[in-house]
Amino acid sequence: MNIVVCVKYVPDATADRHFEADNTVDRVGVDGLLSELDEYAVEQALQLKEKGDGTDEITVLTVGPEQASDAIRKALQMGADKGVHVVDDAIAGSDSLATSLVLAEAIKKIDHDFVVCGMASTDGAMSVVPAMLAERLGVPQVTFGSQIEMQGKEIRIRRDGDAATEVIGATAPFVLSVTDQSGEARYPSFKGIMAAKKKPVETWSLADLGVEAEKVGLSASWTQVEDTAARPPRSQGEIVTDEDGSGATALAGFLASKKFI
Amino acid sequence: MSEILVLVDHVDGAVRKTTNELLTIARRLGEPSAVFIGSDVSAAADQLKAYGAEKVYVVDDAEVKGYLVAPKAEVLQQLVEKTSPAAVLISSNAEGKEIAGRLAVKTDSGLITDAVDVQPGDSGPVTTQSVFAGNYTVQAKVTKGTPIITVKPNAATPEQVEGAAEQEKVDVTISDAAKSAKIVASEPRKATGRPELTEAAIVVSGGRGTGGNFEPVEKFADSLGAAVGASRAAVDSGWYPHSFQVGQTGKTVSPQLYVAAGISGAIQHRAGMQTSKTIVAINKDEEAPLFELVDFGVVGDLHAVLPAATDEVNKRKG
Ligand SMILES: Cc1cc2nc3c(=O)[nH]c(=O)nc-3n(C[C@H](O)[C@H](O)[C@H](O)COP(=O)(O)OP(=O)(O)OC[C@H]3O[C@@H](n4cnc5c(N)ncnc54)[C@H](O)[C@@H]3O)c2cc1C
Ligand SMILES: Nc1ncnc2c1ncn2[C@@H]1O[C@H](COP(=O)(O)O)[C@@H](O)[C@H]1O
Repeated sequence: MNIVVCVKYVPDATADRHFEADNTVDRVGVDGLLSELDEYAVEQALQLKEKGDGTDEITVLTVGPEQASDAIRKALQMGADKGVHVVDDAIAGSDSLATSLVLAEAIKKIDHDFVVCGMASTDGAMSVVPAMLAERLGVPQVTFGSQIEMQGKEIRIRRDGDAATEVIGATAPFVLSVTDQSGEARYPSFKGIMAAKKKPVETWSLADLGVEAEKVGLSASWTQVEDTAARPPRSQGEIVTDEDGSGATALAGFLASKKFI
Repeated sequence: MSEILVLVDHVDGAVRKTTNELLTIARRLGEPSAVFIGSDVSAAADQLKAYGAEKVYVVDDAEVKGYLVAPKAEVLQQLVEKTSPAAVLISSNAEGKEIAGRLAVKTDSGLITDAVDVQPGDSGPVTTQSVFAGNYTVQAKVTKGTPIITVKPNAATPEQVEGAAEQEKVDVTISDAAKSAKIVASEPRKATGRPELTEAAIVVSGGRGTGGNFEPVEKFADSLGAAVGASRAAVDSGWYPHSFQVGQTGKTVSPQLYVAAGISGAIQHRAGMQTSKTIVAINKDEEAPLFELVDFGVVGDLHAVLPAATDEVNKRKG
């Protein structure tokens, strides 16, 4: 079965992430990388492929700026077979609805049996794109899988919800999203890094997808960020070193002074 | 005044505190209408009334239960078409956000997730969100369609204002397509007897530094009436269940007091607790990055400090 994995290129969480003057995320001036949470999606796709009959093909798909090809390359190094990069200046500043629209149109053009996503992007962290994709593609959503099992076209996932742990079942085609509990993602091997250089990556524009530029991007998005402000840094309070129980006394004193006791 | 739809977050009629907060926010924006999907509205009715629901739309869940997310989005779509609300408010948890996402696509409406505040504005609700691991605060609004907003726990202080809570039974039709992801099995979470992690006023978390022994953490939490949390390192080691993980891929908490014991303070952990009002850390390494954030820190062994502190707290409580 052929698999599409949606991966996002995100600003490095350990770098100085910030906003541009128009309140969009600076995706160009900050070092970026394949979202760590999407590595788990690539990993699960690879594992599902490895259990298959060897004819399966994994396509990694990203919507993002030029630099987002780094995210595709990393996924190819891990073992995916080919890449599709949707890049168009008109897409900049898109919100989740616009992004999912572009992703859905691209997915329709790729021969596939199901779609795999990460549980959330590490920048926006909305966790809504997989559900939106399922809605737009009219297929079941099997999301937040922490354990994934597939037999033929049948999938079963374990989903740890707030009120219960559930087992969710569906039949392909579907949109699957996987959590960071689903299993460690592999590192690219030297062989994988070399092989990735020869793997095909296609670049598509909005025109290739038949999506009108007016439907996406900052001005067309369904939401607008009006203001962004850096949170004032927390100033460090008192630090005491425990000696023979002095730490506990001081801690209780602090909690009492703040009326927590 | 326009209606504001509030999706009631409940388990078998036991309504979560976040719903009271959503009803309070809804009253700022218009007339709160609760949407109750389930078969036991009588268990929920008093609480919805006490927190100001003017109407309660009751949707029998026979068709809804047993399938993941999609049917609930269809219910809300039909209610949005019927009532033309000024906004839809949903709890910001995994399921709530997914319902909201599908509803946004269905109604061609803008979606804002994880609001920590919602206030009325000249052209619709204005939300506040905390982003980039809590390092930035963002204000946003919806510019198309019906504003669909998911709201985090503790975003408002619930206000008791009696509403009419007039019940209206609503018949909805659920498409076959929405019934394509089946809930094959479900095991309810066991009650801990402690406050719900995301709603608690005080959270005490343990990390790798516990060495797998969470007893000092739990006892200290109990002395303060707190919820217990854990770092991913503790969860990955199998010391505490994943549903208690605090951080980027766990729960975000924003309590009055957060106590971290044996947690170093990686960015992914901070992402889940950085907006807490008061932060306390106990760590034997004075260089631990979490100390940069704290209001009060103890450099010491948690296995000594926590039990002694528990005794102190219990003594002071008398
Ligand atoms: C994609 C991704 C998502 C992640 N999501 C999360 C998340 O949601 N939540 C999360 O927490 N992490 C998350 N992490 C992991 C995170 O990066 C850290 O690895 C993790 O938070 C470390 O947990 P820790 O602080 O308990 O352990 P460590 O970093 O090992 O720190 C243990 C601390 O305990 C102290 N200590 C040891 N013994 C004692 C003692 N006896 N008394 C007092 N102090 C002691 C040590 O000095 C040290 O500071 C994520 C990582 C990735 C890559
Ligand atoms: N621009 C994008 N390109 C490709 N995949 C994306 C993009 N944005 C989101 N996704 C996918 O959707 C998942 C959830 O993203 P989000 O809803 O933004 O938290 C991610 O883990 C990706 O798998």
